Amino acid sequence: MSETSASTILSVNNIEVIYNHVILVLKGVSLTVPEGGIVALLGANGAGKTTTLKAVSNLLGAERGDVTKGSIVFKGEEVQSLSPNDLVKRGCIQVMEGRHCFGHLSIEENLLTGAFTRRDGAAAIREDLEKVYAYFPRLRERRSSQAGYTSGGEQQMCAIGRALMSKPNMILLDEPSMGLAPQLVEEIFEIVKELNQKEGVSFLLAEQNTNVALRYATYGYILESGRIVLDGDAKALRENEDVKEFYLGVGGEGRKSFRNVKHYKRRKRWLA
Amino acid sequence: MSFLVETILSGLMAGVMYSLVALGFVLIFKASGIFNFAQGVMCLFAALTFAGIIEKTSLPWPIAFMLTVGVMVAVAWAVERFVLRHLVNQEPIILFMATIGLAYVLEGIGDIVWGSDVKVLDIGLPSGASDFMLDQFNIYIEKLEVFAALIAAVLVGFLAIFFQKTRIGRALRAVADDHQAALSVGISLQTIWVIVWSVAGFVALVAGTLWGTKSGVQFSLSLIALKALPVLILGGFTSIPGAIVGGLIIGVGEKLAEIYVGPMVGGAIENWFAYMLALAFLLVRPQGLFGERIIERV
Repeated sequence: MSETSASTILSVNNIEVIYNHVILVLKGVSLTVPEGGIVALLGANGAGKTTTLKAVSNLLGAERGDVTKGSIVFKGEEVQSLSPNDLVKRGCIQVMEGRHCFGHLSIEENLLTGAFTRRDGAAAIREDLEKVYAYFPRLRERRSSQAGYTSGGEQQMCAIGRALMSKPNMILLDEPSMGLAPQLVEEIFEIVKELNQKEGVSFLLAEQNTNVALRYATYGYILESGRIVLDGDAKALRENEDVKEFYLGVGGEGRKSFRNVKHYKRRKRWLA
Repeated sequence: MSFLVETILSGLMAGVMYSLVALGFVLIFKASGIFNFAQGVMCLFAALTFAGIIEKTSLPWPIAFMLTVGVMVAVAWAVERFVLRHLVNQEPIILFMATIGLAYVLEGIGDIVWGSDVKVLDIGLPSGASDFMLDQFNIYIEKLEVFAALIAAVLVGFLAIFFQKTRIGRALRAVADDHQAALSVGISLQTIWVIVWSVAGFVALVAGTLWGTKSGVQFSLSLIALKALPVLILGGFTSIPGAIVGGLIIGVGEKLAEIYVGPMVGGAIENWFAYMLALAFLLVRPQGLFGERIIERV
């Protein structure tokens, strides 16, 4: 990817994140997202995917986490010290894991909160609301229902729609497949792809569902215990034997014993 | 008959006064999920400051009122800057404990700055009995209480529109639902909290002024907060109309109970009736009459 696209929208350079001053979660993570790209950040539970996204969107502060080393550059500007709302104003917004819709607000009100930082007037916001409804017709049907009473899929759509209302250049999408039926997961990812192509929104996508994520992403990083152990074009990753074995659940030659696991050669990328 | 009407009317009016205090609680609870123990003291502090400014400077009362509003906004700012900002994402109980501390701090500051003697707050609000009602219907009503009811109605109308229709109001409700998600869509918690505490401070000033006019500005004013508690349980912690209806029910209920049930049990029912009612409500309808249903997906 890096050889084809000229500009980078987000680059994370060797960041280290510590929670509560003692718990080291990210041990030097670097990644880049090209303008208009979909980049997948993969890994098991606790690998540090969510922490990486929150470091970028700066939601870490609320959880007593801290970026102690490295830098994060969004659209050519260092952003570590900006507040989340400054980042949203600059066009970078996170859709949190587990949807986090405002349960007592109606779907439409939820979407409108996404436009909180905008100053371009009610007409423009109205227009974007219609656009979101065009992408997610299901939300239009449920526009006046309280979000807390809608289904998981509808809530995920609502969360993505809400982020869209801020007119972002980049969405940090955390685990959109969580708790959704496979069919819905496909539907959500299709919309992500459409948004990427039609609206030019770049995505950094944290996923456990490696299979789906690598089908839609252009580039992927694999995170393990706070380090990036592997990265490459999505296509290359899909065909990588190690990825197949550890993340896609298909082994090269039948069943393998766990004894072989420790011989798995990681590329020590963080030393480079 | 006119005695019954008089009892109900005076109950309603007392209820309005409770509602005004309860309103302040609802505002802060709605927007931040914090049960603000200091709300009663805020009423006292606002009334003290208002009375104190008039006493010390002999400014006309509208100017003193505006100055006091300024002071309450400053208090809101300070609360956000020095307390809330450091407690983002903590358990509600920790925030609650912080407001208990805040109550003592405010009380102390009020005492140091304005002294602890009872102050008279007379800004020319109507007082005494309404002659019209007395002549026409032979019913005794305090003018001040009618005035309080009007003020409450205006305040509630204004707040309802503010919460339901405006961008800031929507953001306030969003913050109440989910701090983190609100942060993630770019709502600045700091700004929102300053706004909501300012509005609550303003409501406290209005309630404090009315109560202060009625019974003098003194320490016991902060204890009316305890009366607001059953009002909230009845009406629901998250509902502005609930605070009003709850206040009216409590006000009328305790007056009626005192007169019609009191003699059977030896009187003095008025002081604890509200709490009994609240207890009964907790058993059957914990979210209150108008409170938001607790949404739990399974």
